[in-house]
Amino acid sequence: MSAIAAPSVPARRVNVEPLPVRWLLIGLALLFLVGFLFLPLAVVFGQAFSKGWSVYWAALVEPNALAAIRLTLTAALIAVPLNMVFGLAAAWSIAKFEFPGKSLLITLIDLPFSVSPVVSGLIYVLLFGLHGWLGPWLHEHDIQLIFAVPGIVLATIFVTFPFVARELIPLMQSQGTEEEEAAMVLGASGWQTFWHVTLPNVKWGLLYGVILCNARAMGEFGAVSVVSGHIRGLTNTIPLHVEILYNEYNTAAAFAVASLLAMLALVTLAAKTALEWRLKQQATQSTPLA
Amino acid sequence: MLKRHGVLPGFSITLGFTVLYLSLIVLIPLSATFLKAATLGWTGFWNAITEPRVLASYKLTFGASLAGALINAGFGLLVAWVLVRYEFFGKKLIDALVDLPFALPTAVAGISLATLYSGKGWAGQFFTPLGIKIAYTPLGVVVALTFIGLPFVVRTVQPILEDFEAELEEAAASLGATRWQTFSRVILPALLPALLTGFALAFARAVGEYGSVIFIAGNIPMVSEITPLLIITKLEQYDYAGATALAVSMLLVSFVLLLSINALQRWSQLRRT
Repeated sequence: MSAIAAPSVPARRVNVEPLPVRWLLIGLALLFLVGFLFLPLAVVFGQAFSKGWSVYWAALVEPNALAAIRLTLTAALIAVPLNMVFGLAAAWSIAKFEFPGKSLLITLIDLPFSVSPVVSGLIYVLLFGLHGWLGPWLHEHDIQLIFAVPGIVLATIFVTFPFVARELIPLMQSQGTEEEEAAMVLGASGWQTFWHVTLPNVKWGLLYGVILCNARAMGEFGAVSVVSGHIRGLTNTIPLHVEILYNEYNTAAAFAVASLLAMLALVTLAAKTALEWRLKQQATQSTPLA
Repeated sequence: MLKRHGVLPGFSITLGFTVLYLSLIVLIPLSATFLKAATLGWTGFWNAITEPRVLASYKLTFGASLAGALINAGFGLLVAWVLVRYEFFGKKLIDALVDLPFALPTAVAGISLATLYSGKGWAGQFFTPLGIKIAYTPLGVVVALTFIGLPFVVRTVQPILEDFEAELEEAAASLGATRWQTFSRVILPALLPALLTGFALAFARAVGEYGSVIFIAGNIPMVSEITPLLIITKLEQYDYAGATALAVSMLLVSFVLLLSINALQRWSQLRRT
């Protein structure tokens, strides 16, 4: 070992692979990602514009496409706020209080994530469909939930059920109850404490959960497909509309509509990355205070 | 009493709402499905889930899910390693894009993969001269299930690798271990719980997957028909009993996987502390 070489140099050298190995590993990883990540994304936009702008635009403003966009927005607009309120309530009770059966409750909240999308739709058909438990009663009273908009909303709520709660529970648990207790002792009401202390503390985590919840709500396919009945212009969401166009060999139009969802995915990823950076910063800032 | 609930209000109302909403949306519909399956009786249930066409769909679903999860275990570890250890152009962007399969709706992934890996597709054309067909074969199912499971292993292994102490590697190297020995005997054992967790998560996700698979699978009964699709087929033929029995068998598998993943996660947390 020469005297000039800093002691850290040999140490670093033993912990880094030789250059050719490094290049080989990076190359292999990139090859895998190109085949399974970049190309699938590129194909969506490539096919969407394969017949030019006018075909692309026509596919988006066609009445059935507009109806599908409207229905997707409606379902998300109902499902996301409901699951947000649920997430806040669940996180408040679980993170701020002690009670028996807590870990079971957390597992049950996560349950919809491990259920196949198809089964998530089926359970509502078995409950509210014509041959389901409540089907005959609903039919007598002329209420149709399945193969109609309410079924689509229900299925969407089910598949996006845990998103906000699972983001907020660990976050609120790590923040403890001291700040809220201080606010209460100083005379704030329960609502004031929630609005002015808890909510500002969890706002980035809440937004993170809401963004993921919304992405899944707008993109859900399997569960919605089971309960929709595929009635054009009435019970088709954007993903179902994509399926119909694709199965009719209307490839350019299918990918044009699909590109809307791909753009939503990219925006979601960008927002997610930015929020993760925010949350990390918040975590490092709050450590010295604690 | 004070100590247990502190001074904060709203416990009963938030817990009450949580349990009510959970019951209405999740627990009651799931229980209704199990009750429906119970009306079939044991033999009816058993016959419904052991038909030849059903067994073939299980074989494909579990086999392709296993293959996809194994591919992801290998390449996920590689991607996590490259992202943590090396510097190269575009690394930040790639890191953010790894989560794309979580964000991209499954139907979009499905039509895109089917087009990409068809005989004349951008990627499929390179396999056609070799006589390998990917789209509309069981191999296509593996491709789709690899895609949707991609982020799991990367995201479970990455944080462990970031926190890995350099001293351990330096110690191994100074004791005369080669780089490969250090990797296989020091680093890999430390990553194992996270790697297994990621593998199990990818497998569990793949077993229930529907949207990304049906476009690329070809959906030929006995050959390339996955179990979730068979549930829909039975439903469309008004075979509610068959669909329910299949759904319950899938639910039971999901619950077992969920419990094993929870156990795996507890194990990796123990190892980390």
